[in-house]
Amino acid sequence: MADSPLPGLLDRVASAAGRVLRDRLGVDGEQLDRLVAFAGRRLTGEFEVDPFGFDPELTESVLLPALRPLYRHWFRVEVRGIEHIPDTGAALVAANHSGTLPVDSLMTQLAVHDTHPKARHLRALGATLVFQLPVVADLARKSGTTLACTEDVEALLGGGELVGVWPEGFKGVGKPFSQRYKLQRFGRGGFVSAALRTKAPIIPCSIVGAEEIYPMIGNAESLARLLGLPYFPLTPTFPWLGPLGLVPLPSKWIIEFGEPIRTDDYPPGAADDPMVVFELTDQVRDTIQATLTELLELRGPAFG
Amino acid sequence: MVVGVARYLGARLAERLSADAGISRVVGVDLVEPTQSIGGAEFVRADIRTSDIGRAIDRVAPDTVVHMNILATRADAGGRTPQKEINVIGTMQLLAACQRSSSVRKVVVKSSTTVYGSGPQSPALFAEDMVSGANSRRGYEKDAGEVEAYVRGFSRRRPDVGVTILRFANVLGPEIRTGLSEYFVLPVVPVVLGRDPRFQLVHEDDCVDALRLATVEHRPGIFNVAGDGFLVLSQALRRAGRPALPLPTLGSPLVGGVLRRSGIVDMDAALVRFLTYGRGVDTTRMRTQLTFDPVYSTVATFDDFADARTRGGLLDRDRVRAAEHAVRGVLTGEDARGR
Repeated sequence: MADSPLPGLLDRVASAAGRVLRDRLGVDGEQLDRLVAFAGRRLTGEFEVDPFGFDPELTESVLLPALRPLYRHWFRVEVRGIEHIPDTGAALVAANHSGTLPVDSLMTQLAVHDTHPKARHLRALGATLVFQLPVVADLARKSGTTLACTEDVEALLGGGELVGVWPEGFKGVGKPFSQRYKLQRFGRGGFVSAALRTKAPIIPCSIVGAEEIYPMIGNAESLARLLGLPYFPLTPTFPWLGPLGLVPLPSKWIIEFGEPIRTDDYPPGAADDPMVVFELTDQVRDTIQATLTELLELRGPAFG
Repeated sequence: MVVGVARYLGARLAERLSADAGISRVVGVDLVEPTQSIGGAEFVRADIRTSDIGRAIDRVAPDTVVHMNILATRADAGGRTPQKEINVIGTMQLLAACQRSSSVRKVVVKSSTTVYGSGPQSPALFAEDMVSGANSRRGYEKDAGEVEAYVRGFSRRRPDVGVTILRFANVLGPEIRTGLSEYFVLPVVPVVLGRDPRFQLVHEDDCVDALRLATVEHRPGIFNVAGDGFLVLSQALRRAGRPALPLPTLGSPLVGGVLRRSGIVDMDAALVRFLTYGRGVDTTRMRTQLTFDPVYSTVATFDDFADARTRGGLLDRDRVRAAEHAVRGVLTGEDARGR
């Protein structure tokens, strides 16, 4: 700026513009200043990502605030049992999966961040499909999601992170509306092995409300095969209303974190023992299913 | 003996080793004479693809061979076919010569993290024992995997020879010219739409240091070598002050072909996948077993490169900062020049 040919004039124009903004329009200077500083940091690349591509600054300033209106006003999420999530150290949150699109993962991430006293970030695990899609892959990595594979889970838990897993996968998120709140199979229990190996407690998490956001009444299988997707949902609004059909229905949500299940008193080698793994998997699954039934009764009508 | 001495890193290593009082003789081998200083090292002309290299090893009788003649960019070799020949046939000839030789006690191979590939199914961090199947690979990724397979075969046949494989992340710095460095100095940088891959870098000085360490000390094994921390592509471009041009794909014949034929930058399939999915490697073993600590982090490496090579870009960081200060000055009513 100093070598500009008309420094005096430019400055006069600038300060006049600033005065108008501040005084006439009542814009909060401090807030704007922070915003501009943030934009400057982003534009000069002064930020850090971790080995998983997690960008805490972007997540806190842009991604989570973008979801917050949906969380607060649309789904009116109620969080219970947040005290079961430890303040520090590794833990594995295992939750039921539903809703056609994995909105429940996003809401759980926001629920943990907004209600936990230490505002911890829940590092979610996503399917390969997530990382194949442009934009989605990028946003997922930046918000702290990584691929659901043994190496990544153990690296995160070993680093003392709070990790979120949806063991039903596509079987859960893409199930028809008639199957709502019926837990699907939990795969091979890879998440239990990882927790056993890293001695991280497993926190069962039950999510009520996500089932009703996009009630899947049909599945265009041939179209899904054509597009290489696990399913192609038909809901009362999608694809009939076009992009408008992507607006989720405003169901009432409850997310409950259950009592942690300890994994540190098993003998070494338990992670490779299918008996132990399946037993623990069933325990987690039964806990979530029982809590879901309770919460459903507690919530009453879905859109009330 | 440094094989591949005519290229930048080879010459740097030869120069470095020849200055070391503990090493009596350093010989640099390549097909063409090195253009930059190799210090007190002797130059021996030999074609790595032929039995020339065997005769050179017989004559010189080295106790340590550093194999740096693996080319990552096809333009350096003059096309994909010679590149593959130099990488694969060259490695076979060199290892065969080492196997016959009674003097060779140690082989150091400069490999790359490209052997891991990159894709949507890649774990966030590759450890040294996580090389996936080579079935879906093409181009340089395939070469890198094959070279390592031959090296493993060699170490089975000559268990008495210490073999060190260093898998370097992308090397960058003020001097070195690679596919990636030329990519970042483009005035407008093509990127894949909706993708922001993360990656690690090694500074050229650290690369030479790590190779020197493996040459001088006895550190058999396979090691990932990368600077601390990560960059994402968008962040790197902003630090270099380069505007990004998002394209649906970089791999299409149209985009890739135009860039290659115009001589701007040569992006092969491996680089395109790298720029789409990114890659990360675990460097725990580098610290604990190789006992190597890079001086430059990934970000410091990039900044050192950017300071030397990318000044005055369209979105230069100083200009962005000046604009930021001006805007903040306006908003808070302070004098923009005083900040």
